[in-house]
Amino acid sequence: MNVALVKNETGSALSDSFAIARDRLPGAGKVAAAREAAFAAYAQAGLPHRRIEDWKYTDLRALMREVLPLAPAPDTAEFSRAASAAKLHAIEGVRRLVLVDGVFAPKLSELGGLEKGLGIRTLREALETGDAALQALLFTPDNANPMVALNSAMMTDGVVIDVADGVVLSQPLHIVHIASGTVPAAMFTRSLLRLGKDAGATLVESYIAAEGAKAYQVHDSLIISIGNNSRLDHVRLNEDGRDAFNISSGVVSLGAHAHFNTFGMMSGAGVSRYQATIAFAGEGSRVETNGVNLLNGKQHADTTLFMDHAVPHCDSREIFRAVVDDRAHSVFQGRIIVRPHAQKTDAKMMTRALLLSDEAEADNKPELEIFADDVTCGHGATTGALDESLLFYLRARGLSEKEAQALLIQAFVGEAIESIVNDGLRELAIAAAQRWLEARG
Amino acid sequence: MTALLEVKDLKVRVEEREILHGLSLTVNPGEVHAIMGPNGSGKSTLSHVIAGKPGYEVTGGEILFRGEDLLEMSPDERAAKGVFLAFQYPVEIPGVATMNFLHVALNAQRKARGESQLTTPEFLKKAYAAAASLNIPRDMLKRGVNVGFSGGEKKRNEILQMALFEPAVCILDEMDSGLDIDALRVAADGVNALRSQGRAMVVITHYQRLLNYIVPDFVHVMSKGRVVKSGGKELALELEASGYAQFEDAA
Repeated sequence: MNVALVKNETGSALSDSFAIARDRLPGAGKVAAAREAAFAAYAQAGLPHRRIEDWKYTDLRALMREVLPLAPAPDTAEFSRAASAAKLHAIEGVRRLVLVDGVFAPKLSELGGLEKGLGIRTLREALETGDAALQALLFTPDNANPMVALNSAMMTDGVVIDVADGVVLSQPLHIVHIASGTVPAAMFTRSLLRLGKDAGATLVESYIAAEGAKAYQVHDSLIISIGNNSRLDHVRLNEDGRDAFNISSGVVSLGAHAHFNTFGMMSGAGVSRYQATIAFAGEGSRVETNGVNLLNGKQHADTTLFMDHAVPHCDSREIFRAVVDDRAHSVFQGRIIVRPHAQKTDAKMMTRALLLSDEAEADNKPELEIFADDVTCGHGATTGALDESLLFYLRARGLSEKEAQALLIQAFVGEAIESIVNDGLRELAIAAAQRWLEARG
Repeated sequence: MTALLEVKDLKVRVEEREILHGLSLTVNPGEVHAIMGPNGSGKSTLSHVIAGKPGYEVTGGEILFRGEDLLEMSPDERAAKGVFLAFQYPVEIPGVATMNFLHVALNAQRKARGESQLTTPEFLKKAYAAAASLNIPRDMLKRGVNVGFSGGEKKRNEILQMALFEPAVCILDEMDSGLDIDALRVAADGVNALRSQGRAMVVITHYQRLLNYIVPDFVHVMSKGRVVKSGGKELALELEASGYAQFEDAA
């Protein structure tokens, strides 16, 4: 039983590092017990591999091989390199919340003068001194997914954000994940955003590497709950180092008449997986979840979404675009479930991949499971190359080959980016795509 | 005087089939040449090879532009040097706003020539002026390149590009195809406005009709991959009366 053997090896190496790390992991009592349970769930499954349907295209045993030990707390030199990286990726007008090597960095963050109704604390604080309800909420992600379980077991820090009822934040929040360690290591973070009723917020997440950061692993998760009549605009930009791993999970629930507009761009990391579950818990809500993968070299990026229409009268839209060059590999798995009572659901999903080289690969796996009879659902998937006749037209007008490709790639990803409702966030995504195109030369 | 464009004994193949069997043509500054011929005579192939479209294999002869070997240049280099092909079927490019495309293209050409980049206000001023002279509404410039344009609008968009890029040689490939008489007149007026002493035009057409509006200095008849007869503008009228059959037999 080869599989069992691999599993045991992977499990035991990590269980040592779990034991070593345990005294650095915040929380006692129920929190510690929940960690133990999560770790047991992970240890039993081990790193997911291709024979597990959900991980068919992203075999972490082959791609990642092992989970690295917990990153040491950053030292002065690392903070200073992280500060430079933060400056380089700074966004004007936002409230910055920085995590360096998985640890909240107060000096790089802006915690002063919080708007009325906005509460921010660290995950460490929440796990050590938070109330039982909050701690239970922090452990809601399902241990059935081994990488979520691992994250629950090992989560070290993060930010816990509360927006009170009736409060619409005027300033966007920006969570910046910076890796700065020069020795390969893993960081485990989890953040939470609770948006009350009739509230509104804008959240940006960035993943970046400081100069000299080496082959690190990001294990992150974000729990979001959006109250009735509230709206969250969310953008996630993965610009991790090219030798980095990023395994991130999102768990989102929406109340009634809520609106969630989310966009993700994966242009960084050697291997990345973003897996999110979005659940409608109240009627009359709407979700737009869109994303772009921009990949080259040997990059592997997987977006796996689960849209759970559990209640009637909700709309969801998913638009994904992948641009895949060289020997890169893009994966999009989108599952939509419409539960028996979720009548008048309107769910659509469209995914398109653009292959720029013969060795590039894109896998699109849409799945619809519909148990209600009065719904509008649809999905589509296409894969193709750049149109030669369009390229020639542009070149005949003076654009070089790369310029012509860049213009067509921008147009291709444009539809996903244009769906970002917030102007500022849309500009951010356009700029990130531009950086990728410029780096291409 | 060095000719602007000189095609010498050009032989071209597509896959295994030879389409042009030794075609020669000399175009000097200020001249307007019409190339006429039946379908399949190689007219469009000639225009594509001059512009540098991939898929054509030149097996003999040469094309010189101001004495330089055009065939050695990439399509974008040719454009920057001043070669412009107005497409018979301009492509639609969804997601690329016409205005943005025009700006990027003009600046790419200017950059290749070592000229300064036009800022957005500078460009807009130039583009709006050119558009106005061609009756192109501003609203059309905001749309995706040729997306949802009528046949006439697509051709006017080609002429707008000609006006903005100010090329030395314009190849107009079947500009009249798909246009009604009013649209044809607007397009032809646009082309005529761009005629100048330094600029040459090669008008490729199946029908004499277009040449009533764009009056050529020279007319060449192509058949089966060669120029079989050359003459003045009266040759076009002669063809209108007698048809192409005589030349097909001759070739």
